[in-house]
Amino acid sequence: MRFINVIKVALRALRRSAMRSVLTALGIIIGVAAVIAMVSIGNGAKSQVEASIASLGQNIITVFPGSMTSGGMRGGWGSASSLTVEDAEAITREVAGIAALSPEMNDRSQVLANGLNWNTTIRGEDISYLDIRLWAIDEGEMFSEADVHSATKVCVIGRTTATQLFQDSDPIGQSLRIRNIPFKVLGVLASKGFNFFGQDQDDVVIIPYTSHLKRIARRPNLNSIIIQAQSPEVMARVQQDITDLLQQRRNGKEPDFTVRNQQELAEAATATTKTMTLLLGAIASVSLVVGGIGIMNIMLVSVTERTREIGIRLAVGAHGRDVLTQFLVEAIILSVMGGALGVALGVGASQIVSKLNNWPVLVSTSAIVGAVGFSALIGIFFGFYPARKAAQLDPIEALRYE
Amino acid sequence: MSAVVQLDAIHKTYESSEVPVHAVRGVTLSIAAGEFVAIMGASGSGKSTLMNLLGCLDRPTQGRYLLDGTDVAQLDRNQLADLRNQKLGFVFQGFNLLSRTTARENVELPMLYGRRRFTTKEIHDRALQSLDLVGLRQRADHFPSQLSGGQQQRVAIARALINEPQVLLADEPTGNLDSKTSVEIMGVFQKLNAQGITIVMVTHELDIAHYCKRNLIMRDGRLVSDTAVTDRLNAAAEMQRLLAAEAEAKLTA
Ligand SMILES: Nc1ncnc2c1ncn2[C@@H]1O[C@H](COP(=O)(O)OP(=O)(O)O)[C@@H](O)[C@H]1O
Ligand SMILES: [Mg+2]
Repeated sequence: MRFINVIKVALRALRRSAMRSVLTALGIIIGVAAVIAMVSIGNGAKSQVEASIASLGQNIITVFPGSMTSGGMRGGWGSASSLTVEDAEAITREVAGIAALSPEMNDRSQVLANGLNWNTTIRGEDISYLDIRLWAIDEGEMFSEADVHSATKVCVIGRTTATQLFQDSDPIGQSLRIRNIPFKVLGVLASKGFNFFGQDQDDVVIIPYTSHLKRIARRPNLNSIIIQAQSPEVMARVQQDITDLLQQRRNGKEPDFTVRNQQELAEAATATTKTMTLLLGAIASVSLVVGGIGIMNIMLVSVTERTREIGIRLAVGAHGRDVLTQFLVEAIILSVMGGALGVALGVGASQIVSKLNNWPVLVSTSAIVGAVGFSALIGIFFGFYPARKAAQLDPIEALRYE
Repeated sequence: MSAVVQLDAIHKTYESSEVPVHAVRGVTLSIAAGEFVAIMGASGSGKSTLMNLLGCLDRPTQGRYLLDGTDVAQLDRNQLADLRNQKLGFVFQGFNLLSRTTARENVELPMLYGRRRFTTKEIHDRALQSLDLVGLRQRADHFPSQLSGGQQQRVAIARALINEPQVLLADEPTGNLDSKTSVEIMGVFQKLNAQGITIVMVTHELDIAHYCKRNLIMRDGRLVSDTAVTDRLNAAAEMQRLLAAEAEAKLTA
């Protein structure tokens, strides 16, 4: 039988019980929709994380106080602030392959300006910080080395902070008060958006770390040290050297610091996405299997219902193979149409998720092709048994069937 | 003349039921090309069983069947299917048309399963020709549910004819039809037989058997009588008579 006729007969049979066909395909529809949504949202999240990592800067290594062992976190990052400015200076002095370094302070505080009030992050940084983070100044200028040296009361502010405190007026040259200490605004940073923890990176006031230590935090310890290696190739060695150096400076005491590179941070950030992806993947695969069984079930019913038809076809000269192909094609059409509907549903769901959460959602062609191809495979796998049953019918028995 | 159908001590025993049923018990029979045979006999005498064997729908448990010189016992499932497709046409008592499928598509069916590939147009044309033979060309696009019993049986005959078989087999083709429609079907058969097609049919109606050329009678799985029909009826003439009688009945009513 020519293939076009096989398809025609299959479509006619499916149309004859359209409602049943749709219900049968529901398992596949849901399964494929879940796969597509999962891949689209996952890809979107991944691209966002990648963008965040890129916005972090290049070849970044960060040192946190507190230790991490293989068994998990001990003490936690930042809990025991044992990192000092001397540590930072030692790293600059003794580790080769470093492009830039900035000791970091980090606090939240109420900030006042113009009679307005805003709770924001106060970061203490060195002048190289903006270069490390690939962060540009929009208006005004960054504070100078001299400012860092003498712990001057100056700052640059993020776009969000600027809007909140100064609204339409020009912040440059104005002053804001942090814990009642006035700081002069030297510049406004270019907008950087949200990071992968969902924090607004523009909601910030950056002051020299020396000023932060002396006037805001009033403690000797740093929150972290951010380091930029000269190239991706030296990353691993620089990370190791820093670890060794800090260990050496602690005279064999238990390590109370953690050295992390960019990649490790990204992995921590994507851990939840991965769990979510796995969960959706599990739903999808269960649903696809259930859908396949549904197809097998309905094809068995169909073979029984159409026993006489099969008998007629065999009587006029159909080979077993013709009947097998007939029912297999029917199962495949059923599952592929389910797959196509599932793709539509999945794409729709991803778009809604994207709209609601402001996530980028990337619908990939390979996922669509894969999902439809996989549903065809399910059709073949679960359609084979009923089809073979039909093909093996005895013509005379089948004709006699009531 | 060489025999198209040659049966040699054919037996068929059904083993499926609790007690094996010996339905055909040693039938030896030779049918030449161009013959028009009616098989008669009481219900349960093994007529259908014999027809299914002749139609290669079933295999004998014993004996030899040569169809057009080929020993059918040597053939596998697919080869039998090809034989049914190419050399045989089968007409059933219950028509056995595909529902929700037009008359033309029903007629096309054997051509779709032929080993030779035809174009859609060739298939289409041949189906219409075949429907023409049974006088149903104008009903080509009707569904079986839109046709009368006689018309449905004629579609089934057209289907049996499409691959130009050597033998047309019909198991009680008029069994579900009224007498006038039966005559109509016999008219189709006589016309086809006149064109050279060998026909073997089963009937339990004596008058229907009189349209054929040779009558066989079966009893308990055996052939007990084999006679040539001397006072053969002509379906066309008979139809004229019926119509005239009908007209008269209307006038007197
Ligand atoms: N599939 C079958 N299984 C068992 N017995 C059968 C089967 N078909 C027919 N028979 C038996 O074989 C005998 C002949 O049946 P059949 O050929 O149908 O007779 P007929 O067509 O002359 O009425 C009957 O006794 C019938 O009960
Ligand atoms: Mg019978």
